[in-house]
Amino acid sequence: MTNPLIIQYLPILVFLVIAAAVAGGAVVMSLLVARQNPDSEKVSPYECGFEPFEDARRKFDVRFYLVSILFIIFDLEVAFLFPWAVTLGEIGMFGFWSMIVFLGVLTVGFAYEWKKGALEWE
Amino acid sequence: MVIQSIVFYVFSCALLICGVMVISARNPVHSVLWLIAAFFQAAGLFVLMGAEFLAMILVIVYVGAVAVLFLFVVMMLDINFVELRRGVVRYLPIGGLIGLVLVSELVAMVSGWVPAAGALAQLGAPVPPVDQISNTRALGQLIYTQYFYLFQTAGMILLVAMIGAIVLTLRSREGVRRQNVPAQLARRREDVVAVRKVPTRGGV
Repeated sequence: MTNPLIIQYLPILVFLVIAAAVAGGAVVMSLLVARQNPDSEKVSPYECGFEPFEDARRKFDVRFYLVSILFIIFDLEVAFLFPWAVTLGEIGMFGFWSMIVFLGVLTVGFAYEWKKGALEWE
Repeated sequence: MVIQSIVFYVFSCALLICGVMVISARNPVHSVLWLIAAFFQAAGLFVLMGAEFLAMILVIVYVGAVAVLFLFVVMMLDINFVELRRGVVRYLPIGGLIGLVLVSELVAMVSGWVPAAGALAQLGAPVPPVDQISNTRALGQLIYTQYFYLFQTAGMILLVAMIGAIVLTLRSREGVRRQNVPAQLARRREDVVAVRKVPTRGGV
């Protein structure tokens, strides 16, 4: 099964192969060619003169989560816009207004979050 | 085509390896990073099937947004995963047994599954051949007109998610000074600057 669509993706495949070769080559060559003489001071973590005394992971503010979920919602909205824009000439007025209603519903949510101040970072 | 099958096996093996790494990585943040790698492999498989729109959406929505959300959730929960993992060996037999039962059920179901006669012909939207019409176009012809109600329901679900996230997580803090742009712009020089005549040795 030779698909014309997949043929179009062949350059990306070539890119992927080259990228994998370059990235893997850098790791492997530095293992093989470079002189390695590790000792405990060289491989220990270094942080501007003082000992790292705490786990890097700590409790996050929940506001990051809010920003992220709002981003996902508008990301999905944009994802729905792509096929709509491609087929706008074929789906007629009904398709056009269908999307406008969808956008209107999400604009209600947008206005709500704006008035609530969810977009502000204090 | 040989290349196509080679690419398929490479992507599938990488996907399986990434999936195993997701559940076996010691650090939960590393798990999320392996999950992102798995999403990329799945996108490659979608492209190979000719579903390019799905592949791009997988990269944009899942890699771009959902993985970031997972990362935030992993960081926010602040669970000590090392302690959580301590009982793995003890629970491995019963967990493996349950997994085996589920897998055998799936195999039994899929191997015995036969579509009803004529069911394929009665599809609401027969799949158009990929070489005649592009993937995105075929989707666009259906989503907005034929599946109008489902599309609007999706919009409603997104609205509910948005409002729910705001209601659950937004809390206004006391004593935060915000920038007030209209007040800044409305300031006039006369209101805030005054020229005084100060006598010598007098002070203001």
